[in-house]
Amino acid sequence: MSSTSSGIVGRSTGDRIILILVIVLALIMMAPIAWVIALSLKDNKELMTDMNSVFHAPYTINNYINILATSSVFRWILNSLIVSGGLTVMTLILSSLAGYGFARLNFPFRNALFIIVLLGLAVPEQAVLIARHQLFSWLKFHNTYHGLILPGLAAPFGVFLMTQYFRAIPKELDEAALLDNASRFKIFWKVLLPLTIPAQATLGIFTFLSSWNDYFWPLISGTKKEMYTLTIGIASTQTNFAQSEGLGFLMSQAVFAGAPILILYLFFQKYIVTAVSGAAVR
Amino acid sequence: MAEATLSGSASAAKAATRQAVQNINAPLWRNAVFVAPYLFLFVTLLVVPLFWSIWLSLHKADAFGIGRFVGVDNYFRLFRDKIFIQSVGNTFYFVFLTVPALALIGLMLALALNRKTRSAAALRAVYFSSSVLSVTIVTLIWRIVFIGNFGLPATIYGWFGATAPAFLSDPKLTMIGIAIATVWWCIGLPMMLFLSALQQVPQEIYEAAALDNASRWRTLWHITLPSIRRTFVLVIIIEIVLQFQLFGQARLMTQGGPNNVSKPIVLYIYEAAFTKWDLGLGAAASEILFILIMLAAMAQYFISRRRGEEG
Repeated sequence: MSSTSSGIVGRSTGDRIILILVIVLALIMMAPIAWVIALSLKDNKELMTDMNSVFHAPYTINNYINILATSSVFRWILNSLIVSGGLTVMTLILSSLAGYGFARLNFPFRNALFIIVLLGLAVPEQAVLIARHQLFSWLKFHNTYHGLILPGLAAPFGVFLMTQYFRAIPKELDEAALLDNASRFKIFWKVLLPLTIPAQATLGIFTFLSSWNDYFWPLISGTKKEMYTLTIGIASTQTNFAQSEGLGFLMSQAVFAGAPILILYLFFQKYIVTAVSGAAVR
Repeated sequence: MAEATLSGSASAAKAATRQAVQNINAPLWRNAVFVAPYLFLFVTLLVVPLFWSIWLSLHKADAFGIGRFVGVDNYFRLFRDKIFIQSVGNTFYFVFLTVPALALIGLMLALALNRKTRSAAALRAVYFSSSVLSVTIVTLIWRIVFIGNFGLPATIYGWFGATAPAFLSDPKLTMIGIAIATVWWCIGLPMMLFLSALQQVPQEIYEAAALDNASRWRTLWHITLPSIRRTFVLVIIIEIVLQFQLFGQARLMTQGGPNNVSKPIVLYIYEAAFTKWDLGLGAAASEILFILIMLAAMAQYFISRRRGEEG
């Protein structure tokens, strides 16, 4: 009894020190973000003369008003929404169909095909980019929305995830529905699909987030300014900002672009963490 | 007569059901209709480009088309190119800087935050939050932090009358600066992987250790760490594969400079293929990267399979 209680006391003092350490480290980690937000709230001319002015008033929201008035950020956000949203919806549809097919239906070479798809997981994007770029040049797909969406649909992760998920659902469910003379599509749509909603959420969030943050394919395919995604667009404004007169404006664009994802993260934190860690381990 | 029809139709229905169950288990081409749309995209956008890239790497190719077959000449050109060799070295150096740091810091954070309190949950959320940002925003933040005379380190050093190191212009420090930004960006994933491993350690072992009056350090050293050994190896390999593909941070923070000291393989590929339009050379470089990543991915496969057999 006494050993247990001393154990608890000893734990809590040690714990308190560790807790303080991780809080301090978290504050250090957040400091750059706080600093950028502070910069975004400063007048550009004031920053030009004195960077230290960031630590004291006056602050202004003029930079944000300027975004609303002049910047292309809205167009880029719209592009990103179309590309990431389209890719996510299509990935969910294709992966669910294929996952059901691989898990439940038998067709010639099924296992061999599934293994080939799994091998596709090991192929890094860079190993196919150049050929894909050439293919899309010939098809005249560059600087179009479908050109930005299509490559992401070939990624095998969703099919892998959904196949695993369908396999885990008891087969008796299908067989009972089959006895009621339900068609295979009806079984898929009415019986099994509703059971896969957690997997759909995981896959959907992961797909949306990685597409939203993708920096490579949009860089080489959507090269016209009006076809930039948000990630590419914000990057295009950053060149040479050591000499930039609009430091505060630049920072306000970064905050404006980062805030929606951080707010989504606040609400869907659990799903996002599961999705990202699940995708890494596969 | 009516009875016969009735029983006939009943048995017909039964037969039909049996037929249906058999149908769903028989290997039929029409069953492939569910996988066909995905497989079409998989083949046209992944399998074909994969082999096409290998084929490209054996040809002289530019923006106007594919020229003559040159065999392994592109690969020879790569190995003779000092900048390519340097970019391979830079990539290994970057992996060496980031992967151990990510694994160790991730492990320490996971050990510290593996508890069911609300403050621990909030801190986990904070440490993961940077992972959801895009590379563009991460580099924007870190370029301004590292900026010459008035960045955050410069300001803080200034308070003590010292000069801050110039992370993005001093050739010795450039990769370290990129590595710091990368660890800041990517720390969430290793932490979460370690946390989920820690939560799978059976509670009984800890209770047994508590009965033996084992100290905290002994419990950590002899129970906790050995039971997450495999996760540790897995995290290392996942991070090697991820960090090998360094691109955005280098392109946005330093453009690979000064003097190519921060140019990774992927940036080399990008420049060869999409600024010099030497597609054959770029394809050859991407095959080299592919082989390097494959080696790490194979290691991951064998380790996760062994873990699966045990668990």
